[in-house]
Amino acid sequence: MADQSPNAEELEGIPSPDGTAHLIETDYEIGEDNVEGSVGPFGFDIHNPVFLISGLSIMAFVFYTLALPEQSNALFSWLFGAVTKGFDWFFLGAANIFVLFCLVLIVTPWGSVRLGGTEATPDYTYVGWFAMLFAAGMGIGLMFYGVSEPMSHFSSAMGGTAVENGVRTDWAPLGAAVGDESAAVRLGMAATIFHWGLHPWAIYAVVALSLALFSYNKGLPLTIRSAFYPIFGDAVWGWVGHIIDTLAVFATLFGLATSLGFGATQANAGLNELFGLPVGSTTEVILISGITAIALVSVLRGLDGGVKVLSEINMGLAFLLLIFVLLVGPTVYLLKLFFSSLGAYLQHLPALSNPIGREDVNFMQGWTSFYWAWWISWSPFVGMFIARVSRGRTVREFVICVLLIPSLVCVLWMTVFGGTALHQVITDGYTVAQEAALELKLFKMLDVMPLAGITSLVGIILVVVFFVTSSDSGSLVIDTITAGGKIDAPVPQRAFWCIFEGAVAIVLLLSAGGLQSLQSMVISTGLPFTIVLLLMCVAIGKGLASERRMIKGAA
Amino acid sequence: MFKKIVSPVDLTHADKLAKALSVTGELARAYGAEVCFVGVTGSTPSELARTPDEFRKQLEAFAAEQGEKLGVSASSHMIVSHDPAVQMNHELEAAITEIGADLVVMATHPPEVSDYFWSGHGAHLAAHSAASVMLIRG
Repeated sequence: MADQSPNAEELEGIPSPDGTAHLIETDYEIGEDNVEGSVGPFGFDIHNPVFLISGLSIMAFVFYTLALPEQSNALFSWLFGAVTKGFDWFFLGAANIFVLFCLVLIVTPWGSVRLGGTEATPDYTYVGWFAMLFAAGMGIGLMFYGVSEPMSHFSSAMGGTAVENGVRTDWAPLGAAVGDESAAVRLGMAATIFHWGLHPWAIYAVVALSLALFSYNKGLPLTIRSAFYPIFGDAVWGWVGHIIDTLAVFATLFGLATSLGFGATQANAGLNELFGLPVGSTTEVILISGITAIALVSVLRGLDGGVKVLSEINMGLAFLLLIFVLLVGPTVYLLKLFFSSLGAYLQHLPALSNPIGREDVNFMQGWTSFYWAWWISWSPFVGMFIARVSRGRTVREFVICVLLIPSLVCVLWMTVFGGTALHQVITDGYTVAQEAALELKLFKMLDVMPLAGITSLVGIILVVVFFVTSSDSGSLVIDTITAGGKIDAPVPQRAFWCIFEGAVAIVLLLSAGGLQSLQSMVISTGLPFTIVLLLMCVAIGKGLASERRMIKGAA
Repeated sequence: MFKKIVSPVDLTHADKLAKALSVTGELARAYGAEVCFVGVTGSTPSELARTPDEFRKQLEAFAAEQGEKLGVSASSHMIVSHDPAVQMNHELEAAITEIGADLVVMATHPPEVSDYFWSGHGAHLAAHSAASVMLIRG
């Protein structure tokens, strides 16, 4: 790294980004490890060896899971348990650090650094940007957990605590709230918001910010390894970087494929409920193929013509559904609940995020630690996608829009959907949604509201399109990583990843237990990535400090 | 007959452009037209340029050099694409309208180099652009 004054720029022939920024000087040329060629009419431009190793290891894992289902299942579920239970303190502690780190960025002068250089202008409007943030980040989870999670925590909190041999065996958060309905509602909402609010978005923000900073301001390729340049130096272009990138591809592809598989099962249940469509692997395979086909069209239409358009349509639909439930449901109750939930969240936040000495072990390990590992294993994908669409924003604007606003939207969503369902149980004594299977809770709740036929259909469309938007943005991310950070690789390449992901989902779906055991494995990758994310915070600090020095020097 | 000629160039393969460039020069001189060199880059760092600004400077330098070499009045126009592999056709089409060109002269790449996505651009422009389009086989 060397300082770069306008004179040095002419001498060394490396001009600056738009306005002032601090480019990293490296001899590495983007694409120098790439192999270009064509198979038949299909051209390719891939990073050697990341493309090949990722592709082969993914196939090896699928094969292992299919060939030795019992052994692999035992191994992966042991790994999953060891990671989420043994390292619960680590996940909780690290996630707290990410939240604090992001909040600090808002208030310090570092927040004024602009991604892409001082003169850069935003690539997307706020609406398009938010739509893509949500669609990639957690859209599908909101559909499934919006009703179910507040309900679960409410029920377990009402159930109170149970102790066996000095260890809590109940699943209630914190100290539970036996028989106190309003306290249980507050605790349930606080716990849900805790899992969908600041912490997950801080995880995404850290990854996205480091990638955006090192790509747009420092001139390194848009791939995970670039964020490690301040730590490993030019070694990131070698095996260290290959391993980081391969791990990211691996977690992204399996994360997408397993959730696509589970999503198909869930969508199938919903369609069965609504239209009596038969439940079974045939329907599920058709669903996965259909979702993959739509995702394929979307990636072939590109970021602006496909991914962004679908994300915006989905945001619009989700917003309409939200408004509908808010107005038709117990409106006044929900509005009050919004503020009281927000208050409850802030009140319980210190206790919920405490990483050590907890009594509510099941809740902490089975819910919180699981969620944190899950969000973190998704973070390379979501973070990279957010980075891709965030050029031209200042760090402050970026953190506010990626951390605070999505958290508030999640609070609103959880309040409206969870609150309506809770209201049905508490006031109306309608417990069908409470007792239904996870994937049906939303539809059971809509069932007793007006226009159930239409809203349920909107619900199904939302579920499917949220899967499509995860699948297409995921394919773009994997394609970019496996092309060594190039975004202009031949189009058949992204089509390959999109189809490959659908194929892996189908294969896993058809094998007994394959989805479950591979999902356990993916969530386990959250552990190494947590270390990666902690290092990223250090790298971001270093990177922003050098940007600030440049801007001050230029002024 | 022609007042403004657009010459879309892929600076990554600038060595493959010789024939198209000399045709562009001859036509521009014959009609007294000016030439605008159009280049497309992504917003992320690429092998050619680490920032859009760097790309713009390269394109400007290329245009100035070609203008002198071909003896024509030359300018340049940069397109920053969010997804160049897919969106280039439409973005080129829009740029040609914006520039107000009446003729497009562009190279079609030799089949072995990244032909898959480049080969479609000329065809797309010929089908959709209001300007005349001349494709030069390399």
